[in-house]
Amino acid sequence: MSGFLEFQGVTKRFGHVLAVNDVSFSVKKGEFFSLLGPSGCGKTTLLRLIAGFEQPDEGRILLDGQDITRLPANKRSVNTVFQNYALFPHLSVYDNIAFGLRVARRPKDEIEREVAAMLRLVQMEDKADRFPNQISGGQKQRVAIARALVNKPRVLLLDEPLAALDLKLRQRMLLELDLIHDEVGITFLYVTHDQGEAMSLSDRIAVMHSGVCEQIASPAEVYEAPKTSFVASFIGDTNFFDGVVTSFPENNYCKLDINGFAEVVCYNDKQKAIGDRVNLSLRPEKFRVSVDPPPRQNPHMNVLRARVEDIIYSGNHTNYWVSVGARRVAVYQQHLGYLLDEKPIRWGDDVWLYWDADTGYMLDDYAPIDESLLPPKAPGGAASANPFTSGREDGAAK
Amino acid sequence: MRRSFFSMTMLGLVMAFLYVPVILIFAYGFVPNGVSMSFFGHDGRFLGFSGKWFGLIFSGHYSVRPLLQSFWLSLRIAGLATLVSCVLGTTAALALHKWKSRLQSIHYGLVYTPLIMPDILIGISLLMLFVASGIECGFWTILIAHVTFCVSYVTMTLLARLQDFDDRIIEAAYDLGAGPWYTFFRIELPLLLPGIVAGGLLAFTLSIDDVVITSFVNGAGTNTFPTYVSSMTKHSRNLPAVFVLSTLMLLFTCALVGVSKFLTSNHEPRRKA
Ligand SMILES: Nc1ncnc2c1ncn2[C@@H]1O[C@H](COP(=O)(O)OP(=O)(O)O)[C@@H](O)[C@H]1O
Ligand SMILES: [Mg+2]
Repeated sequence: MSGFLEFQGVTKRFGHVLAVNDVSFSVKKGEFFSLLGPSGCGKTTLLRLIAGFEQPDEGRILLDGQDITRLPANKRSVNTVFQNYALFPHLSVYDNIAFGLRVARRPKDEIEREVAAMLRLVQMEDKADRFPNQISGGQKQRVAIARALVNKPRVLLLDEPLAALDLKLRQRMLLELDLIHDEVGITFLYVTHDQGEAMSLSDRIAVMHSGVCEQIASPAEVYEAPKTSFVASFIGDTNFFDGVVTSFPENNYCKLDINGFAEVVCYNDKQKAIGDRVNLSLRPEKFRVSVDPPPRQNPHMNVLRARVEDIIYSGNHTNYWVSVGARRVAVYQQHLGYLLDEKPIRWGDDVWLYWDADTGYMLDDYAPIDESLLPPKAPGGAASANPFTSGREDGAAK
Repeated sequence: MRRSFFSMTMLGLVMAFLYVPVILIFAYGFVPNGVSMSFFGHDGRFLGFSGKWFGLIFSGHYSVRPLLQSFWLSLRIAGLATLVSCVLGTTAALALHKWKSRLQSIHYGLVYTPLIMPDILIGISLLMLFVASGIECGFWTILIAHVTFCVSYVTMTLLARLQDFDDRIIEAAYDLGAGPWYTFFRIELPLLLPGIVAGGLLAFTLSIDDVVITSFVNGAGTNTFPTYVSSMTKHSRNLPAVFVLSTLMLLFTCALVGVSKFLTSNHEPRRKA
């Protein structure tokens, strides 16, 4: 079963730069699909390939079964919301929105009706006669969306539509985009470098990294089961543990030797064998720290001794950076009970660090981790080496 | 303090150097004695201002026919040269803006050259071209000559405007289904019109007061307004009338340049000083 919008092995080069490298994916009809990745990873290029402003060097693009790879931009039934809006400065809000319908020579009364409906959808009825330089950034954004949507495109392409707005407005537009998507039922292809936007809006996310699609999955899956170390570190914060498989205590579980300082149990869905090197991603919120030893509930509970190095308290939760041997681990602990009743954890305390083996996730790859994508270090702290050092450096030094 | 005094003095001197001749020309249009060219009698008495040169020009003392004929010719040439150079200049500017290749830098050089080339050189080379190809000098050769330098000014004015042009809106038009023609007439042309008009006005003023190039290619007996006026200066008794005409011409060009300044942004190419 093929998708509504389909990429088949698409490659695009600019001189020596491989902007899009053999990308294949398919978007379902009506889906809110996001392309997420750091700046320069090829998201805009991918969008421009769909819009028809660029031609791929290899591969095909299918829209509803039809090959649109070589179709000119003005013949494709997709519309774009440009990052800088690109409204026509000499046309009023009304005429901007009506532009596509006039090009298509639709009857006058129909144009009037459709534009009025769009103005209502984006709540700009009272600004129809204004010109682009007379409205705010958020309003321009709405006009850009209305101008594209009024043509009832099969796919609406949005290139970082909220990037130019301030935080408050961004959050509001986020909600509105979600509502608009629900209301019009058109397929949205949304480009962003902001994981928050992608996570909160999308049905599925394609995480991109230097022209390659690293993972395509639902937001929860991308977060909980990242395929690669890039995905794990780009989306949310994480700790990397790498080690060697030493034994299989149970079906589906394996024991890892983490560079000789600890043995941890982890869930093994990757059919690893003894002696394999594996990379484990452990989200900071999956850990617990406590002064008292934890209750041993199940055999998959990993329990280690650790020393507290940094504490940042922020009301509903506290971030701890603890050291386990030579390694620093980030722990984001939610305060489920009444904090003042618990035994306080202070700097330099020896604590218990524990987590369920099921909460970690084994990565597919074993690539070095891009340091720049790791979560922020704890502020201050004399020993403020990267708290998330995965120990790979130690391994390499051996 | 000293420094500001010095720079103010220099500024004053420069302004005087530039504008005193203009003021004198304006003033001598009202001179009472056309032979002595003086406002004072032999006894040193101030004779006052005289409007007779204005009167003479408009009353038919001079044969007004050739004057009017030359003016009409100038208008036609300037109008046509403006029209042609606007069309050519717009297409040239768009081409230079859209495609950036080695060939385009040569194109740019070709368009830019007339701005820095001395008028005499342009005039002589055009004359040689016309003579060599056996074209009789007259209306058409003047027109061609004017178009050659006007195109450069229109192109440069428009290129400066295109710098601030957001190319994304062209893509937006295509994205919304418009073809190249629709996009040109509904988006590009309306947005570039102020620039085209500004370039056109510049072309018009340059064409209507060109003497040097025109005097090479006008052929015998064909005179534009400026070449006619310049030939009048050879008879010194007409001098005050020439001053009056110059003043009128100055006011006319000032008005045009004013409109052009109003329409164009602050960075348009200047004619060489
Ligand atoms: N027109 C172009 N010419 C040359 N290189 C380009 C062009 N467009 C994009 N690139 C390059 O392709 C890569 C991907 O760019 P882009 O798709 O804009 O990334 P993103 O939108 O994810 O930030 C970048 O390295 C960029 O420099
Ligand atoms: Mg981009």
